Amino acid sequence: MAGPRYPRFDTLTLHAGQRPDPATGARAVPIFQTTSYVFKDTDHAAAIFNGERPGHVYSRISNPTNAVLEERIAALEGGVGAIATASGQAAMHLAITTLMGAGSHIVSSRSLYGGSHNLLSYTLPRFGIETTFVDPRAPAAFADALLPNTRLIFAETLGNPGLDVLDIPAIADIAHDAGIPLLIDSTFTTPYLCKPFEHGADLLFHSATKFLGGHGIAIGGLLVDSGRFDWPGTDKFPTLTEPYAGFHDLVFAEEFGPAAFIARARKEGARDFGACMSPTTAFHILQGIETLPLRIQRHIDNTRKLVAHLDAHPAVDTVIYPELAGHPDHELCKRLLPRGAGAVFSFVIKGGHTAGRKFIEGLQVFSHLANVGDAKSLVIHPASTTHHRMDTDALHAAGISAGMVRLSVGLEDPDDLMEDLDRGLYASQK
Amino acid sequence: MKLTINNESIYVYTGAKSLAPDRDTIVFIHGAGLDHTVWLLQSRYCAHHGWNVMALDLPGHGRSNGPALTDIESMADWVVQLLDSLDIEQAAVVGHSMGSLVTLETGARHPQRVTRIALLGTSLPLAVSEPLLTAAQTNDHHAFDMITLWGHGHAARLGGHPVPGMWMIGNTLRLLERSRPGVLYADLRACNQYQTGLDSAQQISCPVLLVMARQDRMTPVAVAEELIHSIRNPHTVILDDCGHLMLAEQPDQVLDALKSFLSAGPN
Repeated sequence: MAGPRYPRFDTLTLHAGQRPDPATGARAVPIFQTTSYVFKDTDHAAAIFNGERPGHVYSRISNPTNAVLEERIAALEGGVGAIATASGQAAMHLAITTLMGAGSHIVSSRSLYGGSHNLLSYTLPRFGIETTFVDPRAPAAFADALLPNTRLIFAETLGNPGLDVLDIPAIADIAHDAGIPLLIDSTFTTPYLCKPFEHGADLLFHSATKFLGGHGIAIGGLLVDSGRFDWPGTDKFPTLTEPYAGFHDLVFAEEFGPAAFIARARKEGARDFGACMSPTTAFHILQGIETLPLRIQRHIDNTRKLVAHLDAHPAVDTVIYPELAGHPDHELCKRLLPRGAGAVFSFVIKGGHTAGRKFIEGLQVFSHLANVGDAKSLVIHPASTTHHRMDTDALHAAGISAGMVRLSVGLEDPDDLMEDLDRGLYASQK
Repeated sequence: MKLTINNESIYVYTGAKSLAPDRDTIVFIHGAGLDHTVWLLQSRYCAHHGWNVMALDLPGHGRSNGPALTDIESMADWVVQLLDSLDIEQAAVVGHSMGSLVTLETGARHPQRVTRIALLGTSLPLAVSEPLLTAAQTNDHHAFDMITLWGHGHAARLGGHPVPGMWMIGNTLRLLERSRPGVLYADLRACNQYQTGLDSAQQISCPVLLVMARQDRMTPVAVAEELIHSIRNPHTVILDDCGHLMLAEQPDQVLDALKSFLSAGPN
């Protein structure tokens, strides 16, 4: 194609959504630490309130710093727009409540982050939204679980903590055949490793707390709309296709076209549920995104070294990483995650629960905590922490064994990390 | 609002307001391959500030059925059919890009039906490059890419959407991707073949506003000069740091120009 080309990924991580500040010339994104914005006059105020002019009203709904982050992630994912939220959980909640209400049903992968499992399994049923959990490696199971009131299919690009690679194109086809969207939690992969919209997903969210922010300093979420789902093509989503009394009978699909979902999420969900991101947090996450390609590549390089090291270690029973030939999703991984399968993986130590506990306590560089995606290497025992509310059957179904340890590989020197693992493994076998 | 013209279901966005007989009417006409949503902010403002608004989807576009019309003259006549179907005697007509040609032609062919016209992102001729036309003819995605890239100004290609959280490039692409096969080609071909615009411009007797953008690569300001000179007493506004897709890039500036022009008394 002759003429200009789209800015490439690495350029977008630094520039998308931002122009030098017109008031000061500031090159970095300013932190607009303000709750509210002065209107030019009463007509200007009314026009912004009524969606006739662009602008900010109140930082629960939008904020200039957050807007840069939102635009940047939308650009990196290839969407039409995004909303920054207080956490990844808030982003997931916002996606669901924008689409459906009581009496609705979700089909979800059963290999989920524990917090997502809690929301779907225990909390949303209290509000009339039920979920059927299925094996993410069995696309037919998603189709079989569909009900007349199913409004969403949900899964993670890489299941937590078993690292099941989701066959996004296959699951997207099932969702679209049923006239419903596919929502993806893309936290573990970030757009550097996988762009779910290119594989057919309709909506996605990130816990930006993890690899996007990348430094373990800020909690945040990002909900992104691909703009591809044909909301008017079905009567299943009245929140988007029927007049909304909460905004002067606005019909989102008519007024916003491709951006109907994200517009409703902001005009209703951000306004009413109020789980907004602080502008300082948005600034922190933007700093992380600016180095995303460099960091993720280093995360992947380190992870590959550690995976190979552990895979050959006599104290290790199993290493679960999709790039290993023995992983059930190895071929799918090569197709959907050619740049790498992330920097979080699990392994099972010989000796079970006791050996796992000794291993963690023997580490000196890895930090024992409940997070992933930090620049620093992290370790946790899922069965006793992130997934402790799941019973034995649910743990088994999610592929979690009592002796399983999850690592989030950071950016340290890989030799130091390998020595630390050796230290822990030695302790585990005593 | 849905209505039927030539046995085809047609969609017109009215700003979620009923059309009132005592209000002046503004017709908004979108560009090639697009639909009424490009006018979201401007049309919504006008609908809530005393005007009847009709942001239409041309046949075959957006929510309107039927085959796409294949020449600018037919589109202009169709706009008047739309006014007839709603018993609207006169209206101001505002068009962007291809819609500006339809607007110009409506003013020339039906002067008694048009009170004033606004031509946004316009030039004569509105020539379409051969690579773009060829890509559109084969429904090749490169056609959408070319319009998206050439349509935005330098800075806008990296974002900075005035609407918080929206990515302009993505939104333009999705709108174009939604166009039915062959529709974009029909539109671009109609633009390319429209050769009588300067004659039409000379026939216009109502007030005319032209809104142009300095970074417009699709309808450059320099190419619009002959058109400007063909119009009696034109009002012109040139937007700095803005490309062809000005409705999204600078919605406020466009609205302010329209508001000032549409609110003015007779010239």
